[in-house]
Amino acid sequence: MFRIVRKQVLNPAVKLMEIEAPYVAKKAAPGQFIILRTDENGERIPLTIADYNREKGTVTIIFQEVGKTTKVLGEMKEGDYLLDFVGPLGVASHLDGYRKVAVIGGGLGTAIAYPQAKKLHELGAEVHSIVGFRNQELIILEKEMQQVSNKLIVATDDGSNGNKGFVTDMLKKLIEEGNQYDLVIAIGPLIMMKVVSNLTKQYGIKTLVSMNPVMIDGTGMCGGCRVSVGGKTKFACVDGPDFDGHEVDFDEAMRRQMMYKSEEKRSQEEHACRLGGQTNA
Amino acid sequence: MLADWGAKPMPNMSLNKVKIPEQDPNIRNKNFLEVALGYAEDMAKEEAQRCLQCKNKPCVAGCPVNVQIPEFIQLVAEGRFEEAYDKVRETNSLPAICGRVCPQESQCENLCVRAKKGESVGIGRLERFVADWYLANRESKVEKVGKLNRKVAVVGSGPAGLTCAGDLAKLGYDVTIFEAFHVPGGVLMYGIPEFRLPKALVQREIESVKQLGVEIKTNMVIGKVLSLDELIEEGYEAIFIGSGAGLPSFMGIPGENLNGVYSANEFLTRINLMKAYKFPECDTPVKIGRNVAIVGGGNVAMDAARSALRLGAEKVYIIYRRSEKEMPARLEEVHHAKEEGIIFKLLTNPTRILGTEDGWVKGIECVEMELGEPDASGRRKPVIKQGSEHVADVETVVIAIGQSPNPLISSTTPGLETQKWGGIIVNEETGSTSKEGVYAGGDAVTGAATVILAMGAGKKAAKAIDEYLKNSQ
Repeated sequence: MFRIVRKQVLNPAVKLMEIEAPYVAKKAAPGQFIILRTDENGERIPLTIADYNREKGTVTIIFQEVGKTTKVLGEMKEGDYLLDFVGPLGVASHLDGYRKVAVIGGGLGTAIAYPQAKKLHELGAEVHSIVGFRNQELIILEKEMQQVSNKLIVATDDGSNGNKGFVTDMLKKLIEEGNQYDLVIAIGPLIMMKVVSNLTKQYGIKTLVSMNPVMIDGTGMCGGCRVSVGGKTKFACVDGPDFDGHEVDFDEAMRRQMMYKSEEKRSQEEHACRLGGQTNA
Repeated sequence: MLADWGAKPMPNMSLNKVKIPEQDPNIRNKNFLEVALGYAEDMAKEEAQRCLQCKNKPCVAGCPVNVQIPEFIQLVAEGRFEEAYDKVRETNSLPAICGRVCPQESQCENLCVRAKKGESVGIGRLERFVADWYLANRESKVEKVGKLNRKVAVVGSGPAGLTCAGDLAKLGYDVTIFEAFHVPGGVLMYGIPEFRLPKALVQREIESVKQLGVEIKTNMVIGKVLSLDELIEEGYEAIFIGSGAGLPSFMGIPGENLNGVYSANEFLTRINLMKAYKFPECDTPVKIGRNVAIVGGGNVAMDAARSALRLGAEKVYIIYRRSEKEMPARLEEVHHAKEEGIIFKLLTNPTRILGTEDGWVKGIECVEMELGEPDASGRRKPVIKQGSEHVADVETVVIAIGQSPNPLISSTTPGLETQKWGGIIVNEETGSTSKEGVYAGGDAVTGAATVILAMGAGKKAAKAIDEYLKNSQ
């Protein structure tokens, strides 16, 4: 059992939890993920590690309530226990040896981009971070990103924070202003990572993206997380989750993401029903 | 002498095994309850009396874990079921499991003298009977053993790991099993379906291994959270790797990444371990099309096919490139699958999976095969029949053509030698690897094989580890 030692609401849909998991905390590195289960009938969901504290033995996760499991998780409180928490899984990001890096976070992807920006900053790279959200209300981790970035641009789709635009537009502007990046890291919705990768390909800038497909075990056993990279099938759980953005078949990844849409909907409806029942009782 | 002659009852000379009650095929193909229902006490005694109590015990030679077969069967015949259980358990930590999933027809029963004329003694059925009788009638008891205060780590809690751990615990070692999943059992939990091996029963058997003092730590992916070298630093004096064959093989044909294509591992894990057959009560779903194609001819393919049928598929095809004779699945499994209505497309090989515009499976293109000359495996090699391309309309495809060992441990352990295909290289007699104090066995060494072979390997390794530790004191 794994105790929730801290819970923080970052925006109406996104929550942060610090989980007591000493073994995982000891080995965790940016780019890796964990798999958790809330309860006995629960599914195993992968979440990227947002931060870790080796001394305290804790691992931080940040999640958006999009499906039943993340909703159930969001309802849990400090002091509650997760049934299962396994990791660190996947290959850690290779961040050594870069001089100047643009780190792009789209929405919740910012939570995953943050540990990478932090690590790059620690390694002495010049970090330019660009994070984008639908509106001002959804902005997360602004202060944290500020601390680890030499430059931070926060953009909103609707301009409600005073800086309207997509992260790709911001990146393009920085590149055209003469910033020479030797790496771009893009983490966020598949469509965002695709558009960023298409852009950086034109400029010939190496680009890493973080894939988060459907998976069960996270150890290479099920193959549910298949991603086509450079025409070859890779398993995101053991070969990734980071891949070369110029090689990933994003269209296939987007189709595969739709695999359980109808089941997710049904699961959520049933969950809402049960909650409704509780309130009435 | 005369008294002895008189004491021995006449054996039951019926040529056939006492029939084992089974669920009707047309009922069971819609539920996940166990297919075979097991012997009642009188049936077990009657079957036990078919054993001739041969002095040279040919059957025992066929058992990878050396179950004292005539002895336990004699006790069954006499109605001394608890003693019969104890006799089996002397050498076999998981009798309820072996009684169900061992390929007895090619092991103990294959060597039974009775099989020369008629059917062999139903050794597997009797083993299952004594185990079930014990689980139903006795509490599993804490088995006290003298402690040596020496730590051994076992990686993986499948049949190899459980057997090795159980045997070492009986010798007094402090054994900790590290399991990657959230429940112990390995392939017994994620791979073999409920209707062949009820999961509650697997957990009961694991409970009895724990009663020997074995500790099981779940959610621990060795190779990630701890390396083998770190286990050694933590004071484990020897390590047994029984991490199984977890890496699914795909065919490498176009369309394998379409929605609706599963590896057998994923398909069965969703259903067995994550209980997708109870969705939405359980959260993990599985997609079952109206028609389902399973590619492969082994036990895993049979399990996947029969599961698909139970989850409501109208037609389920087994697509296998050789003929029925070459099928690696157990006869009993093929027989059960046929009874339940699985359609066998033999001498047929898929060439392409066809998809809709938005990426869902809509069909599988196959060619017909004919058998040519024997290949390296001794089986006649299938060759394509010209102009035989055809398409079957299916919405789900499950690839069940084999699994290879998971590289997570070997890739993070310097000094651990493996075969090109991933199998850990061991000394066959002892299970020792190229790394001192590290042993391995089961599918991690052989590639996908059987539960009982894995148990046999776990057993050998336990003995070798004991000798190694005694000598390194």
